Amino acid sequence: MEYRIEVEDLNVYFDELHILKDINLKIPKNAVTSLIGPSGCGKSTFIRTLNRMNDMISTFKMDGTVLLDGEDIYNPKVDVVELRKKVGMVFQKPNPFPKSIFDNVAYGLRVHGINDKDFLAQKVEESLKEAALWDEVKNILDKSAMGLSGGQQQRLCIARTIAVEPEVILMDEPCSALDPISTTKIEDLIHKLKKDFTIIIVTHNMQQATRVSKHTAFFLHGEIVESGLTEKIFIEPEDKRTEDYITGRFG
Amino acid sequence: MHRIIPPKISQKIMTGVFWASGLLTIAILLVIIGYVLLKGLPVVNLEFILGDPIDSGRSGGIFPFIMSSIYVTLLAVLVATPLGVGAAIYLSEYAGEGKLVKLIRFGSETLASIPSIVFGLFGLAFFVIYLGFGWSVLSGGLTLALMALPTILSASEVSIESINKSYAEGSLALGATKWQTIYRVVIPAALPGISTGVILGMGRAIAEAAAVLYTVGAALMIPTSLMDAARPLPLHLYILATEGLSMDNAWGTAAVLVLMILIITVVTNTLVDRYRKKMMGR
Amino acid sequence: MPKWDEEFFIEKGLLLTAVSSIIIIALIILFVFKEGIPAIESTGFFSFLFGMDWAPTKGEYGIFPMIIGTLGITVLSLLMAVPLGVFCAIFLAEIAPSAMRKVLNPTIQTLAGIPSVVYGFFGLVLLVPFMRLQFGGTGFSMFTASVILTVMILPIIVSVSEDAFRSIPLEYKEASLALGATHWQTIKNVIFPAAIPGVITSVILGMGRAIGETLAIIMVAGNVVQIPSSIFDPVRALTSNIAIEMGYATGIHYNALFATGIVLIFMIIVLLVIANYLHYKKKVTMGGGYL
Repeated sequence: MEYRIEVEDLNVYFDELHILKDINLKIPKNAVTSLIGPSGCGKSTFIRTLNRMNDMISTFKMDGTVLLDGEDIYNPKVDVVELRKKVGMVFQKPNPFPKSIFDNVAYGLRVHGINDKDFLAQKVEESLKEAALWDEVKNILDKSAMGLSGGQQQRLCIARTIAVEPEVILMDEPCSALDPISTTKIEDLIHKLKKDFTIIIVTHNMQQATRVSKHTAFFLHGEIVESGLTEKIFIEPEDKRTEDYITGRFG
Repeated sequence: MHRIIPPKISQKIMTGVFWASGLLTIAILLVIIGYVLLKGLPVVNLEFILGDPIDSGRSGGIFPFIMSSIYVTLLAVLVATPLGVGAAIYLSEYAGEGKLVKLIRFGSETLASIPSIVFGLFGLAFFVIYLGFGWSVLSGGLTLALMALPTILSASEVSIESINKSYAEGSLALGATKWQTIYRVVIPAALPGISTGVILGMGRAIAEAAAVLYTVGAALMIPTSLMDAARPLPLHLYILATEGLSMDNAWGTAAVLVLMILIITVVTNTLVDRYRKKMMGR
Repeated sequence: MPKWDEEFFIEKGLLLTAVSSIIIIALIILFVFKEGIPAIESTGFFSFLFGMDWAPTKGEYGIFPMIIGTLGITVLSLLMAVPLGVFCAIFLAEIAPSAMRKVLNPTIQTLAGIPSVVYGFFGLVLLVPFMRLQFGGTGFSMFTASVILTVMILPIIVSVSEDAFRSIPLEYKEASLALGATHWQTIKNVIFPAAIPGVITSVILGMGRAIGETLAIIMVAGNVVQIPSSIFDPVRALTSNIAIEMGYATGIHYNALFATGIVLIFMIIVLLVIANYLHYKKKVTMGGGYL
């Protein structure tokens, strides 16, 4: 199997707090990997390590290696801006900018120096179509994104992310603030996107993990207890703690 | 892909620009304060603070002016605090979102932004002449009270609004009346914020000169009653500087004023800090 | 006494304190207008507002040069204070290390509280001679006054716009960085546009302080009633006019100084209305409406 991201012996600290302990995980290319586990287990911190969003936090310290296509992303020579172009992110709470729908999708392209109007328009349309939002917004592209519903906003954030053509998309509980219908739409979208993108999704919802992902890793207290094919984890887990979690005995 | 400056370069340039403007701003302000203290502090000693002025303030001390400042400021705060805190309680606990509330807010905002010399005009026409208080601690203090009122009101309102509504609900559920709840639960919890507002109002009153220019007089003696004329420190500094009476004493007075404001800031910050820690439960 | 009775009186008592602001404003407007209107009536509205000559001994009361003086000083000081203050605010909110911020915020707060006469005195003793050496003339000028005012309004602009930058949700910043924007691109394209209403509020507050400042300006502006031909000419502000002449004014002259106060009140109310409108607009744009 081909891997896009390989994490080796990763440890993360915030001040003295040891958040992630000896994490080893390989993320397969063009497939969906779910990260499950109770809240506070370190899943979100983990995916924010993959696009170096934790760099924003002054108390963040780490050791170990994170390889993207074989290159260490924490190498001092790595350009964080280039990295984040390759590794996009969708957040827990939909966070469109207080700008028009068009400007939201065009934002990433513009900051990367693309100003050609026709090209932008074409790219915005493609991205919105790919995010299954085009039909709902094609007549209101110049309206503020803040007027959309939560589910539409989240699909807009996905469109905004895929517009810059990343290789990897990180999704941090993208449906936790959404209603069931919007959740279904996002899950359908994830199925469609996995052909072109490597997707890592943090989720609280175990049904969601079984529905969308081929691989799953179970986090507990900052460690990975078990990882592998989703089917195997949910049907015959090796670790007692995994079994307890998926059968709802805690968390 | 036509772009003049690549993002990485513009990032570096702008980071430099931000550091420069941050440091420049701070430097300008600190140089002024540093200079005032450097020139003024050598003049400030016990004799200067507790002595009487000699020869219209050309030499000697500034004790009557310190006392004048304390009197007018105390009077201002004593009058403005009940009004400001009462209004804050009404706005946050009793009033809805009606026209009256909007009008009260607009009134308070206007009061906060009216130039101090206009307060001075009003004080002159209303307190000094119309009510016949003359140039006195009373006229000056009341004029300053009007200026301190919006500061106290808005700080108290913010502080009361920030009290968790569940406290009040808990008290009401135990059968306490609304006023008992406010008096025993809401006000004590909001007290640090209210005190901060009062101290800020005090700061505004103590620093003011234009509003007292034509309301308090310019006496050289310690006022002994509310109806006596007085001369608060900022006014004394203004007179010394513009009439060219004494540069040394002017620097000294300026330094004393700066020290007072410094103390007020430290006290408010300590209060706010303690308040925050208390609210966070530490 | 039954409980509701006590409650009733307390509520009405509090209402009374609440309306005190309105009563005070009404009294201020009433008294300042009552004393000021006679001057406007006897001079005529237009010749008062747009008259070029202020000569109380000859009975001429035109305040146009002083309106220009006030506006000139205000605009010049905003031109200097706004860019510096806004950049400093961004520095404090986005770039400065947190230890530095903990020292700088109380410092700026202290500077905002320093009495204006102290700044004015500093200007009189140090800045005026410096200007005289650099640019000739007396050193008392519109420019000197603007420099002192710049220093005085910097703390307001910095602290209010810093709050505005700080109140921008972290999510916007994260979203922009996650798309591969640099920090500067994020500030320029997301944080700054979202903070514009707050920044404008800070500018309006600074403007209000600049228009209202009195004694510091008297000490350095030269106070000559004239329309300046250059920024190095002395000017007189509306506020200064009141403070300088109230000591000896009688009759219509006294009324004319109150009338000057009316103009000041009017200017401030216009600023407040603009500020409130922007605040309302901010609510609309941030709260889920359309841009």
